[in-house]
Amino acid sequence: MQAKLKVSRYDPETMGQGQQRWDEFELDVHPNATVLDALIQIREEVDGTLALRCACRASICGSCGMRVNGDAKLVCKSRIADVGEEGATIVVEPMGNQAVIKDLVVTLDTFFDKVRQVDPYLQPDSEPEQGEYVASDESMVNLLTAMNCIMCGACVSDCTVLEVDEAFIGPAALAKAWRFVEDPRDDQRDARLEELNDVEGGIWDCTRCFKCVEVCPKDVAPMDRIMEMRDMAIEAGNTNTSGYRHTESFNKSVKKHGRLDEARLAVESAGYTNVPRLIDLAEIGVKSVLKGKMPPIVPHKADEKEKITRIFEKVESERGS
Amino acid sequence: MYKHDVLIIGAGLAGLRAAVEATRLGLDVAVISKVHPVRSHSNAAQGGINAPLTDRGDDWEGHALDTIKGSDYLADQDAVEIMSTEAGDAVIELERMGVIFSRGDDGRLGTRRFGGQLVARTFFVGAITGSAILHVLYEQALKYGLNTYEEWFVTDLIIEDGRCVGVVALDIKTGELHSIWAKSVIMAAGGAGRVFEPSTNAIICTGDGLALAWRAGVPMMDMEMVQYHPTTLARTGILLSEAARGEGAHLLNSEGERFMLKYAPQYEELASRDVVSRSEQTEINEGRGIDGNVLLDLRHLGREFIEDRLGYLQEVAVEFVGIDLAEQPIPVRPGVHYIMGGIKTDVDGATIVPGLYGAGECANVSVHGANRLGANSLLDTVVFGRRSAVHAADYVKSVDAGSGSDEHLKATKARMQSIFDREPNENWAAIRNYMANEMTKGIGVFRDQSSMEGAKAAIDDVSARVPKMSLQNKGKVFNTDLIFTLEMEFMADVAKAIVHSALTRKESRGAHFRTDITERDDENWLKHTLAYQDTDSEDGVRVETSPVTITKWEPVKRVY
Ligand code: SF4
Ligand code: SF4
Repeated sequence: MQAKLKVSRYDPETMGQGQQRWDEFELDVHPNATVLDALIQIREEVDGTLALRCACRASICGSCGMRVNGDAKLVCKSRIADVGEEGATIVVEPMGNQAVIKDLVVTLDTFFDKVRQVDPYLQPDSEPEQGEYVASDESMVNLLTAMNCIMCGACVSDCTVLEVDEAFIGPAALAKAWRFVEDPRDDQRDARLEELNDVEGGIWDCTRCFKCVEVCPKDVAPMDRIMEMRDMAIEAGNTNTSGYRHTESFNKSVKKHGRLDEARLAVESAGYTNVPRLIDLAEIGVKSVLKGKMPPIVPHKADEKEKITRIFEKVESERGS
Repeated sequence: MYKHDVLIIGAGLAGLRAAVEATRLGLDVAVISKVHPVRSHSNAAQGGINAPLTDRGDDWEGHALDTIKGSDYLADQDAVEIMSTEAGDAVIELERMGVIFSRGDDGRLGTRRFGGQLVARTFFVGAITGSAILHVLYEQALKYGLNTYEEWFVTDLIIEDGRCVGVVALDIKTGELHSIWAKSVIMAAGGAGRVFEPSTNAIICTGDGLALAWRAGVPMMDMEMVQYHPTTLARTGILLSEAARGEGAHLLNSEGERFMLKYAPQYEELASRDVVSRSEQTEINEGRGIDGNVLLDLRHLGREFIEDRLGYLQEVAVEFVGIDLAEQPIPVRPGVHYIMGGIKTDVDGATIVPGLYGAGECANVSVHGANRLGANSLLDTVVFGRRSAVHAADYVKSVDAGSGSDEHLKATKARMQSIFDREPNENWAAIRNYMANEMTKGIGVFRDQSSMEGAKAAIDDVSARVPKMSLQNKGKVFNTDLIFTLEMEFMADVAKAIVHSALTRKESRGAHFRTDITERDDENWLKHTLAYQDTDSEDGVRVETSPVTITKWEPVKRVY
C-alpha cells in the first residue's frame, strides 16, 4: 500500500522559534500499517533527523501523541487506512498547547506541571491495621475510567480553553483529580473539591466543548469527569463561588425573560456552564478577552471583535436586568 | 555539578519502587531515565502480579514451588523464598499507595489464574496492571518530590577504584553531556527485547543497563534464557496478555483443535510459557498453523466479560487488526517477551562492583531461572527494587562520594565527537534489523548447535559493523539518531552475551530448548552461565558457570 505523509518540521538549531517547514514523504507500507509505522520507516530509512517520541507501539505508554489531519491522536493506533481517504496525504504535526522542542516532539512540562497542581496522590487519614483497604469492586472499577489515562496529552493538545487560557488546569489533570475525589480510600475529598472549585483555572473554566472526549484514545472522557466534579462541588456546599452564582443567576434570568437571543448561540454550542465564564471575562474587560480568553464557539480572529463585544454587552445587560 | 546519595537508572516499576524506598529512608535520591517515567515499559505488563496471600488460605511455599518448577529448577531457591515471602506485603503496600486492584464481593482484592499455577493468586487491574501500578508509583514519586532526570540517556558508568560512583549522561533535550555523581547506583533499566524481532517489547527496551553494567565488569547470568510469549500479534509482535487464557481463552490450531490438551493435560492453556510456545511452534511446524500462527479464541467468554475484564485486549484487537474478540479468534504466535537473564546480583541487589546494584528485568537474582511465570515479573520488580534501595541506603553511609573529576566527562565527550565525525557509513537501523532477525532465527523457541552458530556468525558481523555506524543527524537537540546508535552498541553487547551463553549450555532447560540435545541434564548443567566481557579473548566474551542454590526443592521432572 502507498502512503503519503506531510510532516511538520522544526529544528531549533537552524530555525527561528515558531517557524515550521513541511516535508513530504511517499512510502510503501503494509496494509495494516499505522501512522507510527510510517514515521518509523521515515526515520530509519529516509531521514534520520526526524524527531518523534514513541515507545510501546501498543497504545499504553502514551508517548506518541501528535496531530493527524488536525486532531490529536496516538499515532501508534491510527491505521493509515483509517485516518483519511485512500491515497490522500496524511498531515502530521506536533500536538498543540505545548511548546515544540523539535519536529513532532513537544515539551512535557506543560502537561505534568498541571498534573502536579492537583496533588495527584492518595491522601488517606489512616491506613488499615491489616491488609488492604476494603472497598466495593464497583467503586474501584468506577475509578478505572480515569486510571485508563496514559498521560498522552492529546486532550491538553486540543482543549479549546487551554488554547486561550494557560491557567486552566485542563482535562487530563482534572480527570486525575477526579480519580482521587472519587476514591473511597482518599480522605481529602472535600478539600480537593473546594480547591478545584475556587482555584483559578479550576472546574468552572471548562466550556464543555467536548474536544477532550473526542480525542482521548482511552475513553477517559475528561469533560464528563469535570462535570461530575461540578455537581459534587455544589453538593459539598461550594455554592459561594462565581461559577455557581453565575450559573444560577443566568438560569433565573433566562427563566424570567423567557428568551435567549444571542446568548442562545453560546448556551447551545458550549453549554450553560460556558456562560458564567463569558460573564467573568466580560467583567475583566473585552480587551483581555480578545487577547486570549475566548471559548471556542466564538472565533479568535480580531475582525470578529465587534461582534464579540456586542455579545458581551448583551450578556452583561441580561445579567443586569 | 549533580550529586546524590542514590542514583537510580530507569523509572519503571523497579526503579520507582527503589526510589520511593530510598526517599523514605531520608536519602538524597534521583532517578534518571531516557523516557519520562510513565512511558516506561512496565506499562506493558498486562495480566497481574502474583502474591500468595496467607490471610486467604494461600501459602508462600506453593508460590515458591510453582516459581521454581516454572524456572525448570534454575532459579536460586533462596531468592525465590524471599520473593514469595515478601510478595504479600509488597502487593498490599501497592494497594495502600493507591493501586486500584480488582476486588471480590467482599471488597477485598480479587484474583485470577495465571500460567504455571493451579492456584488463582494473581492480583490485577483489568488488563492494565503494569500501567496502573506504574502510574501510582509515579504519583508517589510526585508526593515525595523525587528528583528526576527525564529524557536523559546514560552513556557510561563512572567507576573509580573499582567502585561505581556515578554516571555520565546526555540530556536528550539539549544534547549536552553531564556527570552525575552518586554514592550508589541502582540499575533498573529494563529488558532487551529489541535484540530480537518480533518482540512484544517497546522500542526503548535495548538492554542499556545490561551492557553498562557488563562493561563495568558485572557478569550477565543465564542470558540464553529468553522468553517467547505464546500470544503475540502477527507482524507487530504486540502482546495479548496471558490474562486471556487465565480467564479461560483457548488456543486452537488450523483444525479447530485445542491442541494444549494433548501437550499439557493438567494445566492445558495455562502451562508455563515455554511449554505453550513450544507447543504452538510444533503445531505450526507440523502444518497445523495458519500463516505461521495459531488462534486465540475468546468467543465463549462473551462480550461483556471480555470488555470488563480484558478491555485493553479488545482495544488492541479492534484497533490494530480490526478483530472483535467476541466474534472472531485472533491469530497469535510466540514472540520474544522477556529476558530471564540479566546482570548477576545477590538477594539484596548487589553486583560484584561495589556501589552498583541491580533490580527488575535487567537484573538476575535469580528468581525466574530458565522460564519466568506470568505475573512474577511485576512482583520481582517491587520486591527487589525495594530491597536494593534498602541495601544501597545502608552502603552509602560508609562510603565517600567520587572524586568529582571531569576526566570521565571528557572521555565521553571525545567518544561522542568521534561518532559525530565519522564519514557516512553504516546505519544503526539496518544493523538492528539484521541482528534482530538473525537472533530470532538462531536463538528461537527451538534451537540447535547450527542455528546458534548461525547467530554467532551474524553477531560477529554485527560487532564488526557497529564501530562504523555514522550519523545522519549532526544536531544536538533531541538527536535520536545518536541515541539509537548508542543503543545499538548496547544491543550488540547483549546479543553477544546471549549467543555465547546459549552455545555454552549443552542441555535443554526451560526456554533453552535444543532440538539436538532435548533432555535436561541436572548432573552437568544444574548451573548458571555467567558471561563476562573479556577484551583479551577473541570474541570479547568469556562464559563461566556457577552452581544453583537449592534450599528444599530437589529438581524433579517437570510436567504440566
Ligand atoms: S470539554 Fe472542557 S476540558 Fe474538555 S477540551 Fe473542552 S474545554 Fe477543555
Ligand atoms: S485523558 Fe485521555 S487524552 Fe488526556 S492524557 Fe489521558 S489518555 Fe490522553
